[in-house]
Amino acid sequence: MPKTPAELLDERNKRINDAIALKTPDRVPIAMLQQVFPARYTGMVLEEAFTDPDKWLAANEKTIVDFEPDMFFSLGAGVIIPGRVLEALGSKQFLWPGHGVGSNTPHQYVEGEYMKAEEYDAFLDDPSDFLIRTYIPRSNSALEGLSMLPPLKSLAFGAAGLTPLLLAPPVAAAMAALNKAAPEAARWHAAYDGFYKKMEEIGFPALNVAVSIAPFDLISDLLRGMRGSMLDMYRCPEKLLAAQEKLLPFIIEMTIGKAHMSKNPRVVIPLHRGADGFMSIKQFEKFYWPGLKKLIFALVDAGLTPIPFFEGSYDQRLEYLREFPKGKVLCWFDRTDLFKAKEVIGDVLCIAGNLPISILQIGTKDQIKEYTKKLIDVVGKDGGYIMGSNAPLDTANPELVKVWMDHTKEYGVY
Amino acid sequence: MTNKLIDAITGMQDEQVLTIAREIMESGADPMAILDDCRTAMEVVGQRFGAGEYFLPELILAGEMMRQVSELIKPRLTKDSGPKKNGKVVVGTVKGDIHDIGKDIVVFMLDIAGFDVTDLGVDVPAEKFVEAITVVKPQVVALSALLTLAFDSMKATVDAIKEAGLRDSVKIMVGGGAIDDSVRVFSGADAYGADAMAAVTLSKKWIGGS
Ligand code: B12
Repeated sequence: MPKTPAELLDERNKRINDAIALKTPDRVPIAMLQQVFPARYTGMVLEEAFTDPDKWLAANEKTIVDFEPDMFFSLGAGVIIPGRVLEALGSKQFLWPGHGVGSNTPHQYVEGEYMKAEEYDAFLDDPSDFLIRTYIPRSNSALEGLSMLPPLKSLAFGAAGLTPLLLAPPVAAAMAALNKAAPEAARWHAAYDGFYKKMEEIGFPALNVAVSIAPFDLISDLLRGMRGSMLDMYRCPEKLLAAQEKLLPFIIEMTIGKAHMSKNPRVVIPLHRGADGFMSIKQFEKFYWPGLKKLIFALVDAGLTPIPFFEGSYDQRLEYLREFPKGKVLCWFDRTDLFKAKEVIGDVLCIAGNLPISILQIGTKDQIKEYTKKLIDVVGKDGGYIMGSNAPLDTANPELVKVWMDHTKEYGVY
Repeated sequence: MTNKLIDAITGMQDEQVLTIAREIMESGADPMAILDDCRTAMEVVGQRFGAGEYFLPELILAGEMMRQVSELIKPRLTKDSGPKKNGKVVVGTVKGDIHDIGKDIVVFMLDIAGFDVTDLGVDVPAEKFVEAITVVKPQVVALSALLTLAFDSMKATVDAIKEAGLRDSVKIMVGGGAIDDSVRVFSGADAYGADAMAAVTLSKKWIGGS
């Protein structure tokens, strides 16, 4: 008798959870970082994925049903941000298909020094005020008017002081832009929520819904830019650390809130600028690791399962990961030598990832089978490994993806 | 005495560099000599980066120090005959990809290593590379990209260079975030480089130079 969707859902959840808890599951689980791949797979123009949630979610559903991964990747949080929302806000940070990049080219991020070095003091004094009156207007052209709001501290005198200011045309225009964006954002949120429910009903759990970020990366990716954050390590190290301290509780609170609301305890944390080559071990110890470690522990304490995604390579800093609570964190890797990772952290932490996207895009079937087999033989030995790619499948070749997933399911049985 | 300047730059003494440069200038030193020292210092920084002693913060800070010193002495430079260039490299981020941070570091490192660099910018179509090769006549072409969408663009660029009959006149290297050695094979480039120092090492190997 074929399994019911409910049975399949339980089976897939158990497979993943067993692997994370370092027990040996029935076979090596496989998780799919589908991201914008469903558009390519179903022949959609990518621009539509940003404007038509129903079509986009149907493409995701088809992809997941056809490939049958044990888990699929969260849809929201920086992957697809509704295009009309970006447009209404006049986002300068995201170029999306047909709007700054070709209509079939994935969205791209425009990095900048959206917060200046001299502005740390303002940020530290009152982060919310800085973000709403300086950062947001600077990074969204339609919200420039928000810079005319009075200091938020003035609300201590009551809300009445705001009223005349709200009528100033630039402020009114910013409010109108927000009003325009809000229903579109709400429409997408509702569609996403419905999608996760529907996928569970047909037996497919999401790897995660919530996404989080390490405090250093929040500053480096979004506020100061790479150049700014790297210079800050020399020019204002204390402020760089103080800003992380300030941000960490917000990050933790928002992540826990989002995860609890979604009822999915797993949280993916893409990690960016603490990798090998980006900073020295000494700098990592001082500027990166403490914030990341606190975040991981806070999430575990809240009953969640963090999934740090170590982008780039962590060959030189694997030892640190041993400090994470045993069996409670899933470490997803990009280019790290997984055979070494298995040796260094395999007794404490479940490992995932590393299958090169380049093979899935421009490799051969034999190369895929060979790499998959090696990962299963060595890293999958006695459990503690989840098959996954080293980057989103975005531009991968569907035929090769199929070979990879089928081979994992066939060869990965314990 | 100008070694103080080299030491300050290589030692990441950001706050002292300008003062030292000013002192040297006021003592009547040749501004060209100051620039030479900056270059020597940058070479040391580049070597330390290649050796895994320095990382992106040091590269970026050193670049920043160098920029400040150049600005300070620019008004005093009487002749603009820079040191002999080691050879020509055309650099760009391939079509479809708008990222410049990695490419900019490559351009910077090649420049301080004495190469004459033409930077075509980002989202550069294959035709533009072909045109630049015809006009600039470089020995090396460096293709950069952060995203996997660029695999196809890299191949298309190498193909276009071939079609234009220019493939034998240049060596081509690829690099950037999502690029690996299989992209070299796929695109038909000559080499993959994992970091900006590799871009320098490869260019030196292909062109020669100190
Ligand atoms: C920081 C980061 C971000 C930041 C911002 C980056 C930016 N400015 O756009 C944020 C968080 C916003 C971000 C967003 C996204 N990112 Co991102 N990101 C990174 C990360 C961790 C580092 C990039 C970086 O800062 N590099 C710094 C520069 C200096 O390094 P570099 O470009 O590699 O250049 C160096 C060398 O490669 C070399 N080099 C460069 N060019 C050349 C050329 C030659 C010839 C040679 C020899 C050498 C060379 O020299 C440089 C110095 O040594 C990379 C992973 C990684 N470690 O590369 C992922 C990565 C690029 N991101 C990725 C993804 C998927 C995304 C998103 C699509 C995520 C999403 N679903 O929304 C978005 C949007 C894409 C985008 N970036 O525009 C994937 C790309 C895979 C793909 N499908 O293409 C990567 C590879 C991570 C992964 N393994 O999954 N990202």
